[in-house]
Amino acid sequence: MHIPDGFLDAKTALATGALSVAGLGYALREVRRELPPRRVPLLGLAAAFLFAAQMVNFPVMGGTSGHLVGGALVAVLLGPAAAVVVVATVLIVQCFLFADGGVMALGANLFNMGLTATVGGYAVYRGVARLLPGLRGRVAALAFAGWCSTIIAAAACAGQLAWSGTVAWRVGFPAMVGVHALIGLGEGAVSALVLLAIARTRPDLLPDQPGIAATPGRVGPFVVFGLLVTVGIALFVAPFACPWPDGLESVATRLGFNHPVSSPLLPALAADYQLPGITSPGLATALAGATGALVVFLLAIGFSRLVVPREGPALKTEN
Amino acid sequence: MTVLTPPSFASGDPRANRAVLCWPAAAKMAGALVLIAGTAVVPAGWKLWFAGVALLLGVVWALGRLPPGPVLRRLLALSPFVAGVALAAAWSPGGVLDWKITALRSGLCLATVILLAQATPFAEMLAVMRRVHVPALLVTTIALMHRYLFVLADEAERMRRARASRTFTTGRRFAWWAAATVVGQLFVRATERAERVYDAMCARGWR
Repeated sequence: MHIPDGFLDAKTALATGALSVAGLGYALREVRRELPPRRVPLLGLAAAFLFAAQMVNFPVMGGTSGHLVGGALVAVLLGPAAAVVVVATVLIVQCFLFADGGVMALGANLFNMGLTATVGGYAVYRGVARLLPGLRGRVAALAFAGWCSTIIAAAACAGQLAWSGTVAWRVGFPAMVGVHALIGLGEGAVSALVLLAIARTRPDLLPDQPGIAATPGRVGPFVVFGLLVTVGIALFVAPFACPWPDGLESVATRLGFNHPVSSPLLPALAADYQLPGITSPGLATALAGATGALVVFLLAIGFSRLVVPREGPALKTEN
Repeated sequence: MTVLTPPSFASGDPRANRAVLCWPAAAKMAGALVLIAGTAVVPAGWKLWFAGVALLLGVVWALGRLPPGPVLRRLLALSPFVAGVALAAAWSPGGVLDWKITALRSGLCLATVILLAQATPFAEMLAVMRRVHVPALLVTTIALMHRYLFVLADEAERMRRARASRTFTTGRRFAWWAAATVVGQLFVRATERAERVYDAMCARGWR
Protein backbone atom coordinates (compact mmCIF):
# COMPACT_ATOMS: atom_id res chain seq x y z
CA MET A 1 0.00 0.00 0.00
CA HIS A 2 2.71 2.41 -1.01
CA ILE A 3 0.95 5.67 -1.82
CA PRO A 4 2.33 7.23 -5.02
CA ASP A 5 2.97 10.92 -5.55
CA GLY A 6 0.08 13.19 -6.36
CA PHE A 7 -2.47 11.45 -4.18
CA LEU A 8 -1.85 13.49 -1.07
CA ASP A 9 -2.08 17.23 -0.70
CA ALA A 10 0.44 19.49 0.98
CA LYS A 11 -1.04 19.54 4.45
CA THR A 12 -1.28 15.75 4.64
CA ALA A 13 2.26 15.38 3.36
CA LEU A 14 3.53 17.83 5.97
CA ALA A 15 1.56 16.33 8.85
CA THR A 16 2.58 12.76 8.09
CA GLY A 17 6.13 13.90 7.43
CA ALA A 18 6.33 15.54 10.84
CA LEU A 19 4.95 12.48 12.61
CA SER A 20 7.26 10.14 10.74
CA VAL A 21 10.36 12.23 11.34
CA ALA A 22 9.54 12.34 15.03
CA GLY A 23 8.89 8.62 15.18
CA LEU A 24 11.96 7.67 13.19
CA GLY A 25 14.14 10.07 15.16
CA TYR A 26 12.96 8.61 18.41
CA ALA A 27 13.44 5.07 17.12
CA LEU A 28 17.00 5.89 16.06
CA ARG A 29 17.73 7.30 19.47
CA GLU A 30 16.33 4.22 21.17
CA VAL A 31 18.32 1.91 18.94
CA ARG A 32 21.54 3.83 19.49
CA ARG A 33 20.96 3.62 23.21
CA GLU A 34 19.84 0.02 23.52
CA LEU A 35 21.53 -1.88 20.71
CA PRO A 36 25.07 -3.13 21.33
CA PRO A 37 27.52 -2.09 18.56
CA ARG A 38 27.83 -5.71 17.54
CA ARG A 39 24.25 -5.70 16.37
CA VAL A 40 24.33 -2.50 14.33
CA PRO A 41 25.03 -4.23 11.00
CA LEU A 42 22.04 -6.43 11.76
CA LEU A 43 19.77 -3.45 11.06
CA GLY A 44 21.04 -3.12 7.53
CA LEU A 45 21.04 -6.86 6.98
CA ALA A 46 17.53 -7.13 8.39
CA ALA A 47 16.40 -4.43 5.98
CA ALA A 48 17.95 -6.37 3.11
CA PHE A 49 16.30 -9.52 4.47
CA LEU A 50 12.90 -7.83 4.60
CA PHE A 51 13.24 -6.60 1.05
CA ALA A 52 14.31 -10.03 -0.22
CA ALA A 53 11.60 -11.76 1.83
CA GLN A 54 8.97 -9.56 0.23
CA MET A 55 9.85 -11.12 -3.09
CA VAL A 56 9.09 -14.68 -2.01
CA ASN A 57 5.73 -15.69 -3.47
CA PHE A 58 2.97 -17.43 -1.59
CA PRO A 59 0.46 -18.89 -4.05
CA VAL A 60 -3.10 -17.82 -3.31
CA MET A 61 -5.36 -19.09 -6.03
CA GLY A 62 -5.38 -19.26 -9.79
CA GLY A 63 -2.26 -17.49 -10.85
CA THR A 64 -2.15 -14.93 -8.08
CA SER A 65 0.22 -14.99 -5.19
CA GLY A 66 0.73 -12.89 -2.14
CA HIS A 67 3.82 -11.84 -0.34
CA LEU A 68 4.92 -10.89 3.11
CA VAL A 69 5.07 -7.28 4.21
CA GLY A 70 6.70 -8.17 7.51
CA GLY A 71 6.37 -5.15 9.81
CA ALA A 72 4.98 -7.12 12.72
CA LEU A 73 7.40 -9.99 12.09
CA VAL A 74 10.46 -7.77 12.23
CA ALA A 75 9.10 -6.05 15.35
CA VAL A 76 8.85 -9.41 17.08
CA LEU A 77 12.29 -10.52 15.93
CA LEU A 78 14.22 -7.33 16.63
CA GLY A 79 12.11 -5.20 18.94
CA PRO A 80 9.87 -2.26 18.02
CA ALA A 81 12.44 0.55 17.78
CA ALA A 82 14.81 -1.47 15.58
CA ALA A 83 11.85 -2.59 13.48
CA VAL A 84 10.85 1.03 12.87
CA VAL A 85 14.36 1.79 11.63
CA VAL A 86 14.47 -1.35 9.48
CA VAL A 87 11.08 -0.81 7.84
CA ALA A 88 11.84 2.89 7.33
CA THR A 89 15.08 1.94 5.58
CA VAL A 90 13.25 -0.46 3.30
CA LEU A 91 10.64 2.18 2.45
CA ILE A 92 13.27 4.85 1.76
CA VAL A 93 15.26 2.61 -0.55
CA GLN A 94 12.09 1.42 -2.28
CA CYS A 95 11.02 5.03 -2.79
CA PHE A 96 14.23 6.42 -4.20
CA LEU A 97 15.68 3.43 -5.97
CA PHE A 98 12.64 1.57 -7.21
CA ALA A 99 10.06 4.36 -7.31
CA ASP A 100 7.77 2.25 -5.14
CA GLY A 101 5.83 4.92 -3.29
CA GLY A 102 6.03 8.63 -3.89
CA VAL A 103 8.66 10.98 -2.53
CA MET A 104 6.09 13.44 -1.18
CA ALA A 105 4.12 10.49 0.13
CA LEU A 106 7.15 9.04 1.93
CA GLY A 107 6.03 10.62 5.19
CA ALA A 108 2.64 8.97 4.89
CA ASN A 109 4.08 5.61 3.87
CA LEU A 110 6.56 5.77 6.74
CA PHE A 111 3.76 6.59 9.16
CA ASN A 112 1.46 3.83 7.91
CA MET A 113 3.88 0.98 7.38
CA GLY A 114 6.83 2.07 9.47
CA LEU A 115 5.07 3.30 12.58
CA THR A 116 1.49 2.11 12.90
CA ALA A 117 1.99 -1.32 11.34
CA THR A 118 5.18 -2.20 13.21
CA VAL A 119 4.46 -0.61 16.58
CA GLY A 120 0.77 -1.46 16.53
CA GLY A 121 1.51 -5.02 15.51
CA TYR A 122 4.11 -5.34 18.23
CA ALA A 123 1.74 -4.03 20.88
CA VAL A 124 -0.92 -6.53 19.85
CA TYR A 125 1.66 -9.33 19.85
CA ARG A 126 2.89 -8.49 23.34
CA GLY A 127 -0.64 -8.31 24.67
CA VAL A 128 -1.78 -11.59 23.17
CA ALA A 129 1.43 -13.51 23.86
CA ARG A 130 1.05 -12.61 27.51
CA LEU A 131 -2.29 -14.40 27.55
CA LEU A 132 -1.40 -17.53 25.62
CA PRO A 133 1.49 -19.68 26.69
CA GLY A 134 4.24 -21.46 24.83
CA LEU A 135 5.21 -21.52 21.19
CA ARG A 136 1.59 -21.94 20.15
CA GLY A 137 0.74 -18.75 21.97
CA ARG A 138 3.46 -16.80 20.21
CA VAL A 139 2.44 -18.17 16.82
CA ALA A 140 -1.20 -17.25 17.45
CA ALA A 141 -0.16 -13.85 18.76
CA LEU A 142 1.91 -13.06 15.69
CA ALA A 143 -0.79 -14.31 13.33
CA PHE A 144 -3.30 -11.96 14.95
CA ALA A 145 -0.79 -9.13 15.22
CA GLY A 146 0.06 -9.44 11.53
CA TRP A 147 -3.60 -9.06 10.62
CA CYS A 148 -4.06 -6.12 12.99
CA SER A 149 -1.00 -4.31 11.65
CA THR A 150 -2.33 -4.56 8.10
CA ILE A 151 -5.76 -3.25 9.14
CA ILE A 152 -4.42 -0.30 11.10
CA ALA A 153 -2.12 0.73 8.27
CA ALA A 154 -4.98 0.47 5.76
CA ALA A 155 -7.25 2.59 7.95
CA ALA A 156 -4.58 5.26 8.33
CA CYS A 157 -3.97 5.21 4.57
CA ALA A 158 -7.69 5.64 3.86
CA GLY A 159 -7.79 8.48 6.35
CA GLN A 160 -4.90 10.27 4.66
CA LEU A 161 -6.49 9.90 1.24
CA ALA A 162 -9.74 11.30 2.62
CA TRP A 163 -7.95 14.15 4.40
CA SER A 164 -6.38 15.10 1.06
CA GLY A 165 -9.69 14.95 -0.70
CA THR A 166 -8.46 12.35 -3.16
CA VAL A 167 -10.79 9.55 -2.17
CA ALA A 168 -13.84 10.14 0.01
CA TRP A 169 -13.84 8.34 3.34
CA ARG A 170 -17.01 6.40 2.72
CA VAL A 171 -15.53 4.93 -0.41
CA GLY A 172 -11.91 4.69 0.64
CA PHE A 173 -12.30 3.22 4.10
CA PRO A 174 -14.44 0.20 3.14
CA ALA A 175 -12.33 -0.42 0.06
CA MET A 176 -8.95 -0.20 1.80
CA VAL A 177 -9.90 -1.90 5.05
CA GLY A 178 -12.07 -4.47 3.31
CA VAL A 179 -9.37 -5.56 0.91
CA HIS A 180 -6.68 -5.47 3.57
CA ALA A 181 -8.83 -7.45 5.98
CA LEU A 182 -8.37 -10.29 3.54
CA ILE A 183 -4.75 -9.54 2.74
CA GLY A 184 -4.05 -9.28 6.46
CA LEU A 185 -5.10 -12.90 6.92
CA GLY A 186 -2.33 -13.96 4.58
CA GLU A 187 0.11 -11.59 6.25
CA GLY A 188 -0.69 -12.99 9.68
CA ALA A 189 -0.45 -16.57 8.50
CA VAL A 190 2.87 -16.08 6.71
CA SER A 191 4.42 -14.11 9.59
CA ALA A 192 3.42 -16.83 12.01
CA LEU A 193 4.79 -19.57 9.76
CA VAL A 194 8.12 -17.76 9.43
CA LEU A 195 8.33 -17.38 13.20
CA LEU A 196 7.65 -21.09 13.51
CA ALA A 197 10.33 -21.90 10.94
CA ILE A 198 12.89 -19.85 12.87
CA ALA A 199 11.79 -21.38 16.16
CA ARG A 200 12.35 -24.84 14.72
CA THR A 201 15.87 -24.20 13.45
CA ARG A 202 17.36 -21.41 15.55
CA PRO A 203 15.23 -20.76 18.62
CA ASP A 204 18.14 -18.89 20.14
CA LEU A 205 17.52 -16.06 17.69
CA LEU A 206 14.06 -15.38 19.03
CA PRO A 207 13.76 -12.87 21.84
CA ASP A 208 12.70 -14.07 25.24
CA GLN A 209 9.16 -15.07 25.92
CA PRO A 210 7.25 -11.94 26.86
CA GLY A 211 5.36 -12.07 30.10
CA ILE A 212 7.04 -15.16 31.45
CA ALA A 213 10.34 -13.55 32.32
CA ALA A 214 9.78 -10.83 34.85
CA THR A 215 11.52 -8.13 32.82
CA PRO A 216 9.24 -5.12 33.14
CA GLY A 217 10.53 -3.44 30.00
CA ARG A 218 10.89 0.28 29.69
CA VAL A 219 7.75 2.33 29.48
CA GLY A 220 9.30 5.17 27.49
CA PRO A 221 9.15 3.64 24.01
CA PHE A 222 5.56 2.53 24.44
CA VAL A 223 4.55 6.00 25.53
CA VAL A 224 6.29 7.86 22.72
CA PHE A 225 5.35 5.52 19.91
CA GLY A 226 1.84 5.14 21.26
CA LEU A 227 1.47 8.91 21.40
CA LEU A 228 2.65 9.39 17.81
CA VAL A 229 0.38 6.65 16.48
CA THR A 230 -2.57 7.99 18.49
CA VAL A 231 -2.06 11.53 17.21
CA GLY A 232 -1.94 10.21 13.66
CA ILE A 233 -5.07 8.13 14.12
CA ALA A 234 -6.82 11.09 15.73
CA LEU A 235 -5.91 13.29 12.77
CA PHE A 236 -6.56 10.93 9.91
CA VAL A 237 -9.12 8.39 11.07
CA ALA A 238 -11.17 9.74 13.95
CA PRO A 239 -12.80 12.70 12.20
CA PHE A 240 -14.15 10.37 9.56
CA ALA A 241 -15.06 7.53 11.84
CA CYS A 242 -17.19 9.89 13.90
CA PRO A 243 -20.85 8.96 13.46
CA TRP A 244 -21.95 12.56 12.93
CA PRO A 245 -22.38 13.19 9.22
CA ASP A 246 -19.17 14.60 7.89
CA GLY A 247 -19.00 17.85 6.00
CA LEU A 248 -19.62 16.25 2.64
CA GLU A 249 -22.59 14.30 3.88
CA SER A 250 -24.21 17.28 5.56
CA VAL A 251 -23.73 19.40 2.46
CA ALA A 252 -25.11 16.63 0.31
CA THR A 253 -28.13 16.24 2.56
CA ARG A 254 -28.78 19.95 2.55
CA LEU A 255 -28.54 20.20 -1.21
CA GLY A 256 -30.64 17.11 -1.70
CA PHE A 257 -28.34 14.69 -3.45
CA ASN A 258 -27.44 12.42 -0.56
CA HIS A 259 -28.61 9.22 -2.14
CA PRO A 260 -26.42 6.28 -3.13
CA VAL A 261 -25.40 6.33 -6.74
CA SER A 262 -25.77 2.63 -7.18
CA SER A 263 -26.73 -0.33 -5.07
CA PRO A 264 -24.06 -2.81 -4.07
CA LEU A 265 -23.60 -5.89 -6.22
CA LEU A 266 -23.68 -8.28 -3.31
CA PRO A 267 -25.73 -7.75 -0.17
CA ALA A 268 -23.29 -7.07 2.61
CA LEU A 269 -23.35 -9.10 5.77
CA ALA A 270 -23.00 -6.02 7.90
CA ALA A 271 -23.91 -3.19 5.55
CA ASP A 272 -22.24 0.11 6.37
CA TYR A 273 -20.46 -1.74 9.18
CA GLN A 274 -23.70 -1.97 11.10
CA LEU A 275 -25.15 -5.07 12.64
CA PRO A 276 -28.92 -5.39 12.26
CA GLY A 277 -30.92 -4.60 15.32
CA ILE A 278 -28.70 -1.87 16.73
CA THR A 279 -29.77 1.72 16.27
CA SER A 280 -26.78 3.89 17.18
CA PRO A 281 -24.51 3.96 14.09
CA GLY A 282 -21.30 4.63 15.98
CA LEU A 283 -21.84 1.78 18.38
CA ALA A 284 -22.90 -0.54 15.59
CA THR A 285 -19.79 0.23 13.56
CA ALA A 286 -17.58 -0.37 16.55
CA LEU A 287 -19.34 -3.63 17.33
CA ALA A 288 -19.04 -4.85 13.76
CA GLY A 289 -15.33 -4.07 13.84
CA ALA A 290 -14.87 -5.77 17.17
CA THR A 291 -16.73 -8.85 15.97
CA GLY A 292 -14.52 -9.07 12.92
CA ALA A 293 -11.41 -8.78 15.06
CA LEU A 294 -12.67 -11.45 17.42
CA VAL A 295 -13.33 -13.81 14.53
CA VAL A 296 -9.78 -13.31 13.26
CA PHE A 297 -8.40 -13.79 16.77
CA LEU A 298 -10.14 -17.15 17.04
CA LEU A 299 -8.89 -18.03 13.57
CA ALA A 300 -5.36 -17.21 14.71
CA ILE A 301 -5.65 -19.55 17.67
CA GLY A 302 -7.05 -22.27 15.45
CA PHE A 303 -4.23 -21.72 13.00
CA SER A 304 -1.61 -22.06 15.70
CA ARG A 305 -3.19 -25.31 16.83
CA LEU A 306 -2.98 -26.53 13.26
CA VAL A 307 0.67 -25.75 12.63
CA VAL A 308 2.27 -26.27 16.02
CA PRO A 309 2.04 -29.83 17.30
CA ARG A 310 1.20 -30.24 20.94
CA GLU A 311 4.23 -29.70 23.15
CA GLY A 312 4.08 -32.56 25.55
CA PRO A 313 5.91 -35.67 26.72
CA ALA A 314 7.77 -37.83 24.20
CA LEU A 315 5.83 -40.06 21.83
CA LYS A 316 4.75 -43.35 23.17
CA THR A 317 6.90 -46.18 21.88
CA GLU A 318 5.09 -48.69 19.76
CA ASN A 319 5.11 -52.27 20.97
CA MET B 1 9.84 -15.10 -8.49
CA THR B 2 11.59 -12.46 -10.52
CA VAL B 3 15.32 -12.17 -10.29
CA LEU B 4 16.25 -8.81 -8.91
CA THR B 5 18.78 -6.79 -10.86
CA PRO B 6 20.22 -3.53 -9.67
CA PRO B 7 18.61 -0.49 -11.25
CA SER B 8 20.68 0.11 -14.33
CA PHE B 9 22.96 2.86 -13.21
CA ALA B 10 23.99 4.47 -16.38
CA SER B 11 27.55 4.66 -15.10
CA GLY B 12 28.02 1.10 -16.29
CA ASP B 13 26.31 1.67 -19.60
CA PRO B 14 28.73 2.59 -22.36
CA ARG B 15 26.03 4.34 -24.36
CA ALA B 16 25.14 6.73 -21.58
CA ASN B 17 26.36 10.27 -21.85
CA ARG B 18 28.82 11.15 -19.14
CA ALA B 19 27.58 14.73 -19.09
CA VAL B 20 24.46 14.02 -17.09
CA LEU B 21 26.21 11.61 -14.76
CA CYS B 22 28.88 14.15 -13.90
CA TRP B 23 26.45 16.74 -12.61
CA PRO B 24 26.81 17.09 -8.85
CA ALA B 25 24.55 14.68 -7.02
CA ALA B 26 23.31 17.32 -4.61
CA ALA B 27 22.09 19.46 -7.49
CA LYS B 28 20.35 16.52 -9.12
CA MET B 29 18.65 15.51 -5.88
CA ALA B 30 17.62 19.05 -5.06
CA GLY B 31 16.32 19.60 -8.57
CA ALA B 32 14.36 16.36 -8.49
CA LEU B 33 12.88 17.31 -5.11
CA VAL B 34 11.76 20.69 -6.41
CA LEU B 35 10.17 19.12 -9.48
CA ILE B 36 8.39 16.47 -7.44
CA ALA B 37 7.18 18.83 -4.73
CA GLY B 38 5.96 21.26 -7.32
CA THR B 39 4.21 18.67 -9.45
CA ALA B 40 2.49 17.21 -6.43
CA VAL B 41 0.97 20.44 -5.14
CA VAL B 42 0.47 22.85 -8.05
CA PRO B 43 -3.18 23.58 -8.80
CA ALA B 44 -4.71 21.41 -11.48
CA GLY B 45 -5.09 24.35 -13.81
CA TRP B 46 -1.36 24.97 -14.24
CA LYS B 47 -1.07 22.88 -17.39
CA LEU B 48 2.08 24.76 -18.35
CA TRP B 49 3.91 23.39 -15.33
CA PHE B 50 3.13 19.79 -16.25
CA ALA B 51 4.17 20.38 -19.84
CA GLY B 52 7.38 22.06 -18.70
CA VAL B 53 8.31 19.22 -16.37
CA ALA B 54 7.61 16.61 -19.04
CA LEU B 55 9.78 18.53 -21.49
CA LEU B 56 12.60 18.90 -18.99
CA LEU B 57 12.55 15.19 -18.18
CA GLY B 58 12.57 14.30 -21.86
CA VAL B 59 15.51 16.60 -22.54
CA VAL B 60 17.58 15.24 -19.66
CA TRP B 61 16.74 11.69 -20.68
CA ALA B 62 17.79 12.30 -24.25
CA LEU B 63 20.92 14.14 -23.12
CA GLY B 64 21.93 11.27 -20.91
CA ARG B 65 20.89 8.59 -23.41
CA LEU B 66 19.33 6.67 -20.53
CA PRO B 67 17.17 3.59 -21.13
CA PRO B 68 13.40 4.28 -21.06
CA GLY B 69 12.41 0.74 -20.10
CA PRO B 70 12.31 1.09 -16.29
CA VAL B 71 10.00 4.11 -16.42
CA LEU B 72 7.44 2.37 -18.56
CA ARG B 73 7.56 -0.76 -16.42
CA ARG B 74 6.98 1.17 -13.21
CA LEU B 75 4.26 3.30 -14.76
CA LEU B 76 2.46 0.08 -15.49
CA ALA B 77 2.87 -1.01 -11.88
CA LEU B 78 1.30 2.29 -10.85
CA SER B 79 -1.92 1.63 -12.74
CA PRO B 80 -3.87 -0.37 -10.11
CA PHE B 81 -3.65 2.49 -7.64
CA VAL B 82 -4.71 5.02 -10.24
CA ALA B 83 -7.53 2.77 -11.42
CA GLY B 84 -8.74 2.43 -7.84
CA VAL B 85 -8.78 6.17 -7.33
CA ALA B 86 -10.49 6.65 -10.70
CA LEU B 87 -13.22 4.23 -9.70
CA ALA B 88 -13.59 5.94 -6.34
CA ALA B 89 -13.71 9.34 -8.00
CA ALA B 90 -16.46 8.19 -10.33
CA TRP B 91 -18.66 7.61 -7.28
CA SER B 92 -17.97 10.97 -5.69
CA PRO B 93 -19.48 14.28 -6.75
CA GLY B 94 -16.01 15.59 -7.62
CA GLY B 95 -16.17 14.71 -11.26
CA VAL B 96 -14.15 12.50 -13.56
CA LEU B 97 -11.51 14.99 -14.66
CA ASP B 98 -9.79 14.93 -11.29
CA TRP B 99 -8.36 11.46 -11.52
CA LYS B 100 -6.66 12.22 -14.82
CA ILE B 101 -4.73 15.05 -13.19
CA THR B 102 -3.84 12.74 -10.30
CA ALA B 103 -2.57 10.15 -12.73
CA LEU B 104 -0.53 12.79 -14.55
CA ARG B 105 1.00 14.00 -11.31
CA SER B 106 1.98 10.50 -10.20
CA GLY B 107 3.36 9.65 -13.61
CA LEU B 108 5.56 12.73 -13.78
CA CYS B 109 6.85 12.36 -10.22
CA LEU B 110 7.57 8.70 -10.85
CA ALA B 111 9.51 9.48 -14.02
CA THR B 112 11.53 12.10 -12.12
CA VAL B 113 12.52 9.68 -9.38
CA ILE B 114 13.52 6.99 -11.83
CA LEU B 115 15.55 9.48 -13.83
CA LEU B 116 17.30 10.53 -10.63
CA ALA B 117 18.03 6.91 -9.71
CA GLN B 118 19.43 6.19 -13.15
CA ALA B 119 21.59 9.26 -13.33
CA THR B 120 23.01 9.19 -9.80
CA PRO B 121 25.19 6.46 -8.32
CA PHE B 122 23.85 5.36 -4.97
CA ALA B 123 27.10 6.13 -3.15
CA GLU B 124 26.81 9.78 -4.16
CA MET B 125 23.24 9.91 -2.88
CA LEU B 126 24.45 8.55 0.46
CA ALA B 127 27.21 11.15 0.58
CA VAL B 128 24.65 13.90 0.09
CA MET B 129 22.51 12.45 2.86
CA ARG B 130 25.48 12.48 5.21
CA ARG B 131 26.22 16.06 4.32
CA VAL B 132 22.71 17.20 5.18
CA HIS B 133 23.09 15.58 8.59
CA VAL B 134 20.81 12.62 8.21
CA PRO B 135 21.56 10.53 11.34
CA ALA B 136 24.65 8.38 10.79
CA LEU B 137 22.93 5.22 11.99
CA LEU B 138 20.22 5.59 9.36
CA VAL B 139 22.73 6.26 6.56
CA THR B 140 24.80 3.24 7.62
CA THR B 141 21.70 1.06 7.67
CA ILE B 142 20.64 2.24 4.23
CA ALA B 143 24.14 1.68 2.88
CA LEU B 144 24.30 -1.83 4.29
CA MET B 145 20.86 -2.62 3.01
CA HIS B 146 21.78 -1.54 -0.48
CA ARG B 147 25.02 -3.48 -0.31
CA TYR B 148 23.37 -6.74 0.69
CA LEU B 149 19.90 -6.64 -0.74
CA PHE B 150 20.95 -8.09 -4.09
CA VAL B 151 23.09 -10.67 -2.30
CA LEU B 152 20.18 -11.79 -0.14
CA ALA B 153 17.78 -11.70 -3.07
CA ASP B 154 20.10 -14.07 -4.93
CA GLU B 155 20.29 -16.30 -1.88
CA ALA B 156 16.52 -16.38 -1.66
CA GLU B 157 16.27 -17.35 -5.31
CA ARG B 158 18.90 -20.09 -4.87
CA MET B 159 17.07 -21.47 -1.84
CA ARG B 160 13.78 -21.40 -3.69
CA ARG B 161 15.33 -23.28 -6.61
CA ALA B 162 16.96 -25.79 -4.30
CA ARG B 163 13.71 -26.36 -2.48
CA ALA B 164 11.79 -26.69 -5.75
CA SER B 165 14.19 -29.28 -7.11
CA ARG B 166 14.15 -31.38 -3.93
CA THR B 167 10.44 -31.32 -3.23
CA PHE B 168 7.91 -33.67 -4.68
CA THR B 169 4.98 -32.82 -2.45
CA THR B 170 2.48 -30.64 -4.22
CA GLY B 171 -0.32 -28.62 -2.76
CA ARG B 172 -0.69 -25.09 -1.58
CA ARG B 173 -0.29 -25.89 2.11
CA PHE B 174 3.14 -27.35 1.59
CA ALA B 175 4.08 -24.54 -0.77
CA TRP B 176 3.32 -22.04 1.98
CA TRP B 177 5.37 -23.94 4.53
CA ALA B 178 8.22 -24.29 2.03
CA ALA B 179 8.19 -20.56 1.28
CA ALA B 180 8.03 -19.76 4.99
CA THR B 181 11.07 -21.91 5.70
CA VAL B 182 12.94 -20.11 2.92
CA VAL B 183 12.12 -16.78 4.53
CA GLY B 184 13.05 -18.09 7.97
CA GLN B 185 16.36 -19.42 6.69
CA LEU B 186 16.95 -16.09 5.00
CA PHE B 187 16.63 -14.34 8.35
CA VAL B 188 18.98 -16.82 10.01
CA ARG B 189 21.55 -16.32 7.26
CA ALA B 190 21.12 -12.54 7.44
CA THR B 191 21.82 -12.65 11.16
CA GLU B 192 24.93 -14.77 10.71
CA ARG B 193 26.13 -12.55 7.90
CA ALA B 194 25.60 -9.50 10.09
CA GLU B 195 27.98 -10.97 12.64
CA ARG B 196 30.61 -11.53 9.95
CA VAL B 197 30.05 -8.02 8.59
CA TYR B 198 30.59 -6.54 12.05
CA ASP B 199 33.84 -8.44 12.49
CA ALA B 200 35.00 -7.45 9.01
CA MET B 201 34.17 -3.79 9.58
CA CYS B 202 35.96 -3.76 12.92
CA ALA B 203 38.98 -5.38 11.31
CA ARG B 204 39.00 -2.49 8.85
CA GLY B 205 38.86 0.19 11.47
CA TRP B 206 35.14 1.04 11.73
CA ARG B 207 33.97 2.25 15.08
